[in-house]
Amino acid sequence: MRQFVLKRFCYSLLSLFLLSVTIFFFVRVTGDPATLLTEPGASEADIAAIHQKFGLDRPLVVQYVLFMTSLFRGDLGQSFYYQTPVMDLYWSRLPHSLLLAAVAMAFSLIIGIPSGIIAAVRIGSFWDSVGKVFALLGLSLPSFFIGLLMILLFSVYLGWLPSSGSGTPLHVIMPAFALGWYFAAAHMRLTRSSMLEVLGSEYIKLARLKGLPQRLVIAKHAFKNALIPVLTLAGINLVLMINVAVIVETVFAWPGIGRLLYEGISFRDFPVVQGVVILGGAMIVAVNLLVDIVYAVIDPRIRLGS
Amino acid sequence: MSNSTLSYASSKAAPRAIRDIRPPLLELRNLSTHYVSQQGTRVVPAVDDVTLSIRPGETLGVVGESGSGKSTLALSILRVLPTAARIVNGQILFEGEDLVTKSDSEMRHVRGKRIAMILQDPMASLNPLFTIGNQVAESMRVHEGTRRRAAWQRAIELLKSVRIPSSETRVTQFPHEMSGGMRQRIVGAIGISCEPRLLIADEPTTSLDLTIQAQYLALLRDIQREHGLALIFITHNLGIVAKMCDQLAVMYAGRLVEYGPVERIFDNPVHPYTKALLNSIPRIDGMRQRLTAIEGQPPDMARLSPGCAFAARCPMAFDRCRVEAPPSVALEENRTARCWLAVPEPPRAAVGVA
Repeated sequence: MRQFVLKRFCYSLLSLFLLSVTIFFFVRVTGDPATLLTEPGASEADIAAIHQKFGLDRPLVVQYVLFMTSLFRGDLGQSFYYQTPVMDLYWSRLPHSLLLAAVAMAFSLIIGIPSGIIAAVRIGSFWDSVGKVFALLGLSLPSFFIGLLMILLFSVYLGWLPSSGSGTPLHVIMPAFALGWYFAAAHMRLTRSSMLEVLGSEYIKLARLKGLPQRLVIAKHAFKNALIPVLTLAGINLVLMINVAVIVETVFAWPGIGRLLYEGISFRDFPVVQGVVILGGAMIVAVNLLVDIVYAVIDPRIRLGS
Repeated sequence: MSNSTLSYASSKAAPRAIRDIRPPLLELRNLSTHYVSQQGTRVVPAVDDVTLSIRPGETLGVVGESGSGKSTLALSILRVLPTAARIVNGQILFEGEDLVTKSDSEMRHVRGKRIAMILQDPMASLNPLFTIGNQVAESMRVHEGTRRRAAWQRAIELLKSVRIPSSETRVTQFPHEMSGGMRQRIVGAIGISCEPRLLIADEPTTSLDLTIQAQYLALLRDIQREHGLALIFITHNLGIVAKMCDQLAVMYAGRLVEYGPVERIFDNPVHPYTKALLNSIPRIDGMRQRLTAIEGQPPDMARLSPGCAFAARCPMAFDRCRVEAPPSVALEENRTARCWLAVPEPPRAAVGVA
């Protein structure tokens, strides 16, 4: 078991190392930040001064080594644009992302689980077809499109909800819905298939043979069993939601880490982009590692097979 | 209770005349259950035109190969069928009421309460997330409105009655903490918890090892005697049939090919399939004879020929068998066979339903 955890942990570190290399070099392909930080037509000397200030005049490999050494000290460097430590920016934005992800997750579960159950229990019925269409739309319609449609309907026509920003509970509704939409479809599909599997099991057959009413068979015997894989997926998805909301946060001007990443890219603010991507990557890698370990604890076959 | 115990005890030895005046507990009349594919193009007659009956306290053995319709027959009686399956014809008379015409909510009060069933896989038939006590007490709480505490007490007693040691602690445990034999006894306890009149056991011992099998069969018999239960025992083990059953129903390709009292069928099987089945079990009474396997494969149920389904494998088949399905022929009281050979000369004297 200890060996298994150690091995997984090394894999995780390797993934993060590869991620850091990739993001470090790719972000430098996007162009020269100095041109965005100076007036158009600035002198060569001004630009050179900026390069020197941010260390961009040194060889790439040296820059990378410096970046990595400070990363190990927990320092992600200074934002070019804000002139403050990236870590401070990140921590100030993270609570917004957490709030958005939590509400989006609630939406996705409140929509996904009941509709998945109905689709499984009434398989082949009208509601099953509605669910299938919903899942298809949820998985294929991009979230910015949903977001724009909602802004048009609820902000422009109806005037019920603020179209952007944050601060009140009303502000979180639309971005959370736009973000949760895709995940609702994913959760619905998994609930449906997991429920169908459980409904075909012998213990459900026995529950029916015992003469239990349908609602007890579904709500007691099937529901709990069907929920296990859904909650596992939801746990992983929550971490994804925190980190992949770039487009939704941009559309709704939501001040989370997705928006921070977007700003970083627009201003060629290399330390911000690197920091957000690596912290997000670390979060996702950590959750996957955790899931692997938990599964290994639960299922001895995984543990021994490794 | 004492009354039915008495009748069970006497059922094997009782003279025929006394046995026959008791009305049957369950009577299937021309029951047909078909699986229909979604487009309705493929029809599989999993149970086809089955007529049989069982009296209170009696044990009926149902034998046949895998896929011969035994389990579908059992599930039809309780009307817990897969969505593709439908009862297309016939009656299921239980204590005089036709179960086929009952609504689903009426059926709920039959299931578990008046007719209970034990499934074949004890490992899979208990819900892994609920305690044993919860699952045993559940039927009583639903059917008899028993209070939580009383149902729990009763669950402990039931576990004792199926010989589960230290049942007070066992009720609080989960299925994965039990052995296969224990789980099957627990399923048995669930079956008898509401004191049903009929218990259907679908190959309850196939997944148990031999010593546990013998124990379980003895337990089932004790339970049956104690509660005056009628028992339908689905198996492919003719040895068990010989030991446990009063009546025997032999199924082949969804049809009841031979039906009657066990001793009479064992002494004088009429249908070639029954003969072949009996020849394929080893005897231990000293008579050494060649064991014969049945040649060929069971037919494709979706493409049955118009003739007898067994014709292709039957050593005695003649031309008529291949073109026309034989009717169910009444041989003597309470005994039928579905074979042209059983039709007395001249053939038009056939009785029963074609």
